[in-house]
Amino acid sequence: MPTVLLNGERITLPDGATAADAVRAAGAPSESRGVAVAVDGEVLPRGEWQATALTEDGQVEVLRAVQGG
Amino acid sequence: MAALTIAGRVFHSRLIIGTGGFRNLELMARAVEASGAEMATVAMRRVDPTAPGSLVEVLEGCGCSILPNTANCFTARDAVRTARLAREALETDWVKLEVIGDDKTLLPDAAELLDAAQTLVADGFTVLPYTNDDPVLARRLEEAGCAAVMPLGSPIGSGMGILNPYNLRLIVEAARVPVILDAGIGTASDATLAMEAGCDGVLLASAISRAEDPPAMASAMRLAVDAGRLARAAGRIPRRRYGEASSPIEGMAELT
Repeated sequence: MPTVLLNGERITLPDGATAADAVRAAGAPSESRGVAVAVDGEVLPRGEWQATALTEDGQVEVLRAVQGG
Repeated sequence: MAALTIAGRVFHSRLIIGTGGFRNLELMARAVEASGAEMATVAMRRVDPTAPGSLVEVLEGCGCSILPNTANCFTARDAVRTARLAREALETDWVKLEVIGDDKTLLPDAAELLDAAQTLVADGFTVLPYTNDDPVLARRLEEAGCAAVMPLGSPIGSGMGILNPYNLRLIVEAARVPVILDAGIGTASDATLAMEAGCDGVLLASAISRAEDPPAMASAMRLAVDAGRLARAAGRIPRRRYGEASSPIEGMAELT
């Protein structure tokens, strides 16, 4: 079971968990429009979320637009 | 009034609105509507499952296109990554590029800003950089391929207006891309002065969002931008040291 740093919090996900699972675990809206994911600092295109398995100690950031600027 | 064109996209409003500082989405929506803005800038942050409503849907409902920004990035690396995440999330290659160099004044870091601008332009972004009121840096950003330059009037959120109108005029005179006054606007007259100085548009957030009545201030800003634009085009009278009567001297009655 991979333990990753998801939006700054250490969390353990089931074996075989993917970036798409991390998006759900972060609480992003289900349709996931307006959401972007970075794994270890690099943008992970939406089309690759399902196929990208999370690795131990990976750093996952799940972002969306907020008021600001 | 002539439209504003940035990177081939036409805007009928010359006011771009920032979304930071509104007490809630409903108030923001009313202010955005009142401002007439057609583009609104948003920040990218970690997902908060407790956050109510969808900012993007509210803005699009107001007829605004979304301009993601790199607010609070302190390095070119962070700004470039944030821009790429925003492009993925929001399906736009437009970005308001902001690279801060000092956390007290929030002034831009010129070296990091230029570095990030070059990287993002090469990566296919339409880059609108928030920049110092420095004519040389503005020229360098334009040469780097930025679609506009967005000099500050004064620090972000300070409401001090335009502190260096001379530099702003130099930027306007030299620029071949639109000049958008970004940051420092405190009230309507500041926006008018920016447009009278020859800016092509104004970007502001706090002056509206932190006003006592944001929708009313948004209406004021809309009129102020239009007034400044019209006055600039109309050609103001020269300043004189002494009075010059506007009534004829001839034909005065002898009343003694």
